[in-house]
Amino acid sequence: MNKLELQKVANEIRKGILTGVHSAKAGHPGGSLSAADLFTYLYFEEMNIDPKNPKKQDRDRFVLSKGHTAPGLYSTLAHRGYFPTEDLKTLRKVGSYLQGHPDMKHIPGVDMSSGSLGQGISAAVGMALSAKISNESYHVYTLLGDGEIQEGQVWEASMFAGANHLDNLTVIVDNNGLQIDGKVEEVCSPYPIDKKFEAFNFYTICLEDGNDFDQIRAAFEEAKTVKGKPVAIIAKTVKGKGVSFMENQVSWHGKAPNDAEYETAMAELEKAGEALCQK
Amino acid sequence: MSEVKKIATRDSYGSTLVELGEKYENLVVLDADLAAATKTGMFKNAFPERHFNCGIAESNMVGIAAGLAAAGKVPFVSSFAMFVAGRAFEQIRNSVGYPHLNVKIGATHAGISVGEDGATHQCNEDIALMRTIPGMVVINPADDVEARAAVKAAYEYEGPVYLRFGRLAVPVINDRPDYHFELGKGVVLKEGKDLTIVATGLTVAPSLEAAQMLEKDGVSVKVINIHTIKPLDEELIVAAAKETGKVVTVEEHSIIGGLGSAVCDCLSEKMPTLTKKIGIRDVYGESGPALELLHKYELDAEGIYRQIKEFLNK
Repeated sequence: MNKLELQKVANEIRKGILTGVHSAKAGHPGGSLSAADLFTYLYFEEMNIDPKNPKKQDRDRFVLSKGHTAPGLYSTLAHRGYFPTEDLKTLRKVGSYLQGHPDMKHIPGVDMSSGSLGQGISAAVGMALSAKISNESYHVYTLLGDGEIQEGQVWEASMFAGANHLDNLTVIVDNNGLQIDGKVEEVCSPYPIDKKFEAFNFYTICLEDGNDFDQIRAAFEEAKTVKGKPVAIIAKTVKGKGVSFMENQVSWHGKAPNDAEYETAMAELEKAGEALCQK
Repeated sequence: MSEVKKIATRDSYGSTLVELGEKYENLVVLDADLAAATKTGMFKNAFPERHFNCGIAESNMVGIAAGLAAAGKVPFVSSFAMFVAGRAFEQIRNSVGYPHLNVKIGATHAGISVGEDGATHQCNEDIALMRTIPGMVVINPADDVEARAAVKAAYEYEGPVYLRFGRLAVPVINDRPDYHFELGKGVVLKEGKDLTIVATGLTVAPSLEAAQMLEKDGVSVKVINIHTIKPLDEELIVAAAKETGKVVTVEEHSIIGGLGSAVCDCLSEKMPTLTKKIGIRDVYGESGPALELLHKYELDAEGIYRQIKEFLNK
């Protein structure tokens, strides 16, 4: 897909995020929106997957370590054809398969259950290790929050990945700069993030604008050239990206828009979509 | 009495992994810098390409196992019970239990029989923690024969299994040609009509001895070995409670949340029966030689006998 096509898809995915969270009256729009372009690139461009055969053994795997941004993943999976986009409205509802956090047992396309921060990356490391043991060629991607990397387990997993030269693993940090209690550097600074991964024997790529498809593509292409090391992509993003009143607002970390806010946000995305169609 | 052979169940674990490793290529073993102590070093020597040392990082080890299982491997993760069931409880709960992944947890050095290392290393809470996790199978074998069978059964079972092993060499009591291990099925080791002892793990052998001592006092004691604490063989326990009217549970674990609690959960609902729980009485352990500790905490034959006498005389 070219940049414009990816932008159009990402815009639809953003609508799905808002629809899901609005319908659930709960959920995490901020970090879902910041990562929407990364989700789009992974599922529409990068990964070797087949929505008709979600469990095929040689597929690339994705672990959403920052599991609370499930609305982003679900909207992406739905738009990619794993399940009907209509179902996004059942998010977080009793009896729905779309649980508040990713549930691999019930959601087609979800490769690992996650939600407790710091744990997804270990599972991703395990999947990458499994491929190495049995000479399988699939690649494993995992997306972490910049607040999440305060969890010690992230660095246990990184130490193992580096020490075992897992070059079939790409760790992406959605560096939107905000966590529930405020700015990451004010809560407990994780910076410098790139140097930390480097110190754990990763090849590190700093993605200046993780909401720009040219830059995202360049980062993932660069990652492909790396041999003998896992890759960490530190993607600078904007929390709430695409909905102007949510952008860079910590209050939109884990709150659903009310009806009026939802209308405003959807109108803005509609407009953005129309603008893309005229390009 | 002839000399009884003694083997630590951690040794049985290590050697059975090697045996299984020869048959099954998807079996992978993970350690957290304790391969020598957990006896998985035997597997490492036999299959270095399928053994991974995660370093001193148990939480990550459990998470890696979840990923390996999600990709089709059958990982056995090993550490001391304290550090795997304790430290990595939430990883086991969320990354293994919730997605019901095929991860086997081989926890060694359980209970106070760890000995000299003392309270920080003596896990008396692991059964309680593990049995609260939905879908988790919890096995606590009594001896070498049972431990070997349990490791094989764990491999064959699809889903998460917690296996509890000890550091101390314990008497081999199941070495008979007709021994048969069935997951979730208790074993009647001795019939009796006045009282049932339900024991697990290394307390099974001294419980049998205590039963013989009680027989000399004219008390007829039935002895049941419960190797699988979850799912519990409720049918067998309810029937025994009906038959004998009194039940005593014995375990090298806290009396809160372990076998005793599991048995009481079952009986209080299905066959209310006067039950005495023998185990670690809501205290930490301490340093000392294992046998001396088992004596002090009344988990040897003498201690079990004394506590049962006290229970019967009430």
